[in-house]
Amino acid sequence: MSTKPYRRRLDIRNGRVDLSHGSGGRAMAQLIAEIFHQALDNEWLRQGNDQAAFDVRGGRMVMTTDAYVVSPLFFPGGDIGSLAVHGTINDIAVGGARPLYLSASFIIEEGFPLADLKRIADRMGAAAGSAGVPVITGDTKVVEHGKADGVFISTTGLGIVLPGLDLSAENARPGDRVILSGTIGDHGVAIMSTRRNLAFATDLVSDSAPLHDLVATMVEAGGHGLRVMRDPTRGGLAATLNELAHQSNVGFRLDEDAIPVRPEVAAACELLGLDPLHVANEGKLVAIVAPATAETVLDAMRAHPLGRDAVVIGEAVADDHCFVQMTTGFGGGRLVDWLSGEQLPRIC
Amino acid sequence: MKYIEEYRDGRLARGFAARIAVAARPERDYRFMEFCGGHTHAIARFGVAGLLPANVRMIHGPGCPVCVLPVGRIEMAIRLAERPEVTLCTYGDLMRVPALQGSSLLKTKAAGADIRVVYSTLDAIRIAEAEPRREVVFFAIGFETTTPPTALAIRLAAKKSLTNFSVFCNHVLTPSAIRNILESPELRALGRLHIDGFIGPSHVSTVIGTQPYEFFAKEFQKPVVVTGFEPLDVMQAILMLIRQVNEGRHEVENQYVRAVARDGNPIAKAAVAEIFELRKSFEWRGLGTVPYSGLRLKTAYAAFDAERRFDLKEIAGHDNPACECGAILRGVKTPAECKLFGTLCTPDTPMGSCMVSSEGACAAHWTYGRFHEQPRKVA
Repeated sequence: MSTKPYRRRLDIRNGRVDLSHGSGGRAMAQLIAEIFHQALDNEWLRQGNDQAAFDVRGGRMVMTTDAYVVSPLFFPGGDIGSLAVHGTINDIAVGGARPLYLSASFIIEEGFPLADLKRIADRMGAAAGSAGVPVITGDTKVVEHGKADGVFISTTGLGIVLPGLDLSAENARPGDRVILSGTIGDHGVAIMSTRRNLAFATDLVSDSAPLHDLVATMVEAGGHGLRVMRDPTRGGLAATLNELAHQSNVGFRLDEDAIPVRPEVAAACELLGLDPLHVANEGKLVAIVAPATAETVLDAMRAHPLGRDAVVIGEAVADDHCFVQMTTGFGGGRLVDWLSGEQLPRIC
Repeated sequence: MKYIEEYRDGRLARGFAARIAVAARPERDYRFMEFCGGHTHAIARFGVAGLLPANVRMIHGPGCPVCVLPVGRIEMAIRLAERPEVTLCTYGDLMRVPALQGSSLLKTKAAGADIRVVYSTLDAIRIAEAEPRREVVFFAIGFETTTPPTALAIRLAAKKSLTNFSVFCNHVLTPSAIRNILESPELRALGRLHIDGFIGPSHVSTVIGTQPYEFFAKEFQKPVVVTGFEPLDVMQAILMLIRQVNEGRHEVENQYVRAVARDGNPIAKAAVAEIFELRKSFEWRGLGTVPYSGLRLKTAYAAFDAERRFDLKEIAGHDNPACECGAILRGVKTPAECKLFGTLCTPDTPMGSCMVSSEGACAAHWTYGRFHEQPRKVA
């Protein structure tokens, strides 16, 4: 891209995306160059090819893809751009892999302010930069007004499995410990606090963060004892543990008092009639760990900034029904079930 | 914030559990009905039943407004929403309730009807103001707790001279329903249903007070304890009921002194009385037609009454014949005694209304308690 085929720079302050920005012509080339390349700059993007080429060494690769349609696009503690980086990195990381590269495709609604698009691309670039995982190829589409909601982003990630690991959702066994990396519900409640009709004042911010470094620390400390890891996003901790229970054909016994929930999250959930166990997280992981290595892994996690509040919340048990059961802080017992339908506030 | 921890303290809970165990006489059973779905939910969510002795049993009552709304009323709302000019505003819990031929508000919305989930009556008012060309109808359901907000919305709409706002009124009354259960043949004649006392919902009594229960506590000789929704409140209420039973008393006691007065909230009661009047009868799912148990808008507010405005006709609805919601809502059967429970009917594929709302007896039992019925395997 040595000579530029366009004379005037984009009017980022006042401009808006129009259909020509997705048409494959000059306007699109300019949008990509001045917003995306600038924000996400790296040697692969600079080459300006339709694909990115890189060498691979031997080993086991992982690949994942995820679409991001969060509303609002900017929320306390994050935005769709950084979320699209963190979310995909985390899906790779909990597979016990080191993330290498990302791709990103944008579906942008006609009329979307260029300033917002630039902000999103910049945040995305910053997130990728600080995680050390470059976005090396991408795509841009523009759809007519009303056919999307601002911007949707889809990212794909590639990673390489760390040596000596065999993580799989079928691996949990009775006696294994369930380790949670920190407080639950922060992301979902932060998003809800900004939703129209629900707006309530809180200082709470999303926990959106890349977990690959925490995972690397855990693997180093006790990789052979790790059975499986998941990041409890939509459906929350409850959905994650129910999935794992069914895939491994075990049950789980949890201790409610051990599960860290911020007071403001507990209060918001109480107000909205939600259960923090069902609320989404974007910077937390659950690890099922062999009992002999649980303490070592836990210590390593606590020494990492993203695992400071890590804690054992329960253990796997033999159970043909694959129930996730919990001793409540009140002293009784209950099931922890999947969420049915949407999370809806109680009405009376 | 502290209220959450204080009223859920496990140490205090064990203290209550011990006192209940001492108070409950081993030679007899105690069966108490928690009328309200909010209590059903709290009992299941905190595992209260597990802290009670085996001879103290809680029976889930019909106090879930979603559960007692008959299929026909949902169908009326669906047909209303299908009118092109109508925007139907509803609380979220109603969206998935199954109506005739497998329809629901959720499916009707997916097919193109303008149905919006709101969190308060004021949201509906705001929509009516913002979109004057739409006929905005608020699908009003609930007991005495949700009635005053509906009354205030209608009062506000009248003040703002809104001509495109109306209410499809399905508000019902707690005391009428409890009385209906006490007069039911199962209880009176057949002796199949034995209830030793009632736990009354505190939020209803913040509006109506405790006084409306005094008549039937005396008439039917059943103690009533009005209590809050925190698990410690419920435990204390159970202890108070056991003591009343042991002492042969049948009084209305107020456990929720921190917010409930004998006469309730006169301002809220006045707002309701200004806007609403009693219907001669109203159909309840599970209870059938209950005299003087529902409200409708007074003639002076007819312009805001969706039933009159759109000339809505009652629709007869029939539940799946195998569905035991009716018996469950009267406390005659438990969720697990229904053939559909957990097989065809789950929260993801609800057949009956008790499985839809999180406050329904079946949904609460499925979500929190169904492991009690499973043969327990030791790890």
